[in-house]
Amino acid sequence: MTSEPLLRVTGLEKMYGTRVGCRDVSFELWPGEVLAVVGESGSGKTTLLNTLSTRLAATAGRAEYLMRDGVWRNLFDLSEAERRLLMRTDWGFVHQNPADGLRMTVSAGANVGERLMAVGERHYGRIRSTAVDWLTRVEIAADRVDDEPRRFSGGMRQRLQIARNLVTHPRLVFMDEPTGGLDVSVQARLLDLLRGLVSDLGISVILVTHDLAVARLLSHRMMVMKDGLVVETGLTDRVLDDPREPYTQLLVSSILMV
Amino acid sequence: MAATLPSLSLSGVSKSFTMHLQGGIVLPVVRNVGFEVHPGECAVLSGPSGVGKSSLLKMAYGNYAVEAGAIRIRHLGEMVDIATASPRTILEVRRDSLGYVTQFLRVVPRVSALDVVAEPLVARGTEVETARARSRDLLARLNLPERLWSLPPATFSGGEQQRVNIARGFITDHPVLLLDEPTASLDARNRQVVIDMIGEKKAAGVALLGIFHDEDVRDRVADRLIDVALFAPEKAA
Repeated sequence: MTSEPLLRVTGLEKMYGTRVGCRDVSFELWPGEVLAVVGESGSGKTTLLNTLSTRLAATAGRAEYLMRDGVWRNLFDLSEAERRLLMRTDWGFVHQNPADGLRMTVSAGANVGERLMAVGERHYGRIRSTAVDWLTRVEIAADRVDDEPRRFSGGMRQRLQIARNLVTHPRLVFMDEPTGGLDVSVQARLLDLLRGLVSDLGISVILVTHDLAVARLLSHRMMVMKDGLVVETGLTDRVLDDPREPYTQLLVSSILMV
Repeated sequence: MAATLPSLSLSGVSKSFTMHLQGGIVLPVVRNVGFEVHPGECAVLSGPSGVGKSSLLKMAYGNYAVEAGAIRIRHLGEMVDIATASPRTILEVRRDSLGYVTQFLRVVPRVSALDVVAEPLVARGTEVETARARSRDLLARLNLPERLWSLPPATFSGGEQQRVNIARGFITDHPVLLLDEPTASLDARNRQVVIDMIGEKKAAGVALLGIFHDEDVRDRVADRLIDVALFAPEKAA
């Protein structure tokens, strides 16, 4: 068992002028750990995700990340070039809408290959075979490698986005409602796939979702947010089965049972 | 027995639920619970429904928060207090030392019964094929029809799901095993299999803490009854 976390967040705050995006957020994320951030629209969960992934600038606090070379760096002190390198190689970002994370007018194979080239791979044959291998891992038939994702169904696009993110073996993946716009049966397949890949590859994930069933299935630990603040945190099944805070009790009691 | 150290130990454990959506009423569950379970022993929680038996098991598993007191589980030679352990530590204890069999299976979409059962072994680093072989042995022993093994248990009957759950809970050699009505929806033949399996766990030095409403089963597995009504919170509290 590793004795060091991958990410240490302290007193993180993001204000939009005088309005609170998120405030006073502190936590540690360990290698291989999946942390779900749940809450309703406007709770600050997406702001938190975008701030941690340095897509938004924090207004206070620190987010220290253990770089591949073993050095701790505050993400908010990185240069633009360092940030971009992290995003292209050591991190992934799975958007709710696959069109935000894919290039819709280049082939599926090129979508996956592009990330490989970003980490220095130049050999065309290797890029193509790795791309095909990853398409297969996300259950896209190898003969679709030359098709553009705009010809894919929503579920396939989302699986392609996941392949594109995971091909560089990132250590940290941010996910924003990854099963959001999908049919229930397509969701189930994607969840099962994500669950398997994340545990096989030992990736750390920060998963933003409003869907508590998704959080239960994928995450080890859970953080409940309301009005920009973390109101409850703990082991996922503990938070869901014995919620302590009024807001968490409200969230859990609002789930429709089938 | 007295010479061995306990594998599970509760002391001063209290629990209540605060229902914030019902005007903050407080429902006391148990107060000042203390007992120990030793290796090779099956202790059975007794008392009427609603007395807090299942809540105690859930607290011991880290599934319910503990308000006061300590619940210590033997984990890799040390006693870990589940009441105060970090989520990460609780997951580690569950992976290596603490098993839990409930009446109900939480189904994961698309995962076959065979792999649902094999998963706890795979999580501990056992080769997938070795774990599946062990899974097949257990499912066969629990008389789950072989045609079901490759199917996800979502559509199984209650009794079939329960057998998958039992196999999953018994596949590891965890030193502590919590059993919440593992025989509730089983027929006589499969009930007997579970009774035998519990006996084997005891012989292997596992500490078991269980709930069995079926008196016949209880009499045959229990070394000791723990009356949970003794830990009932005072009415005035």
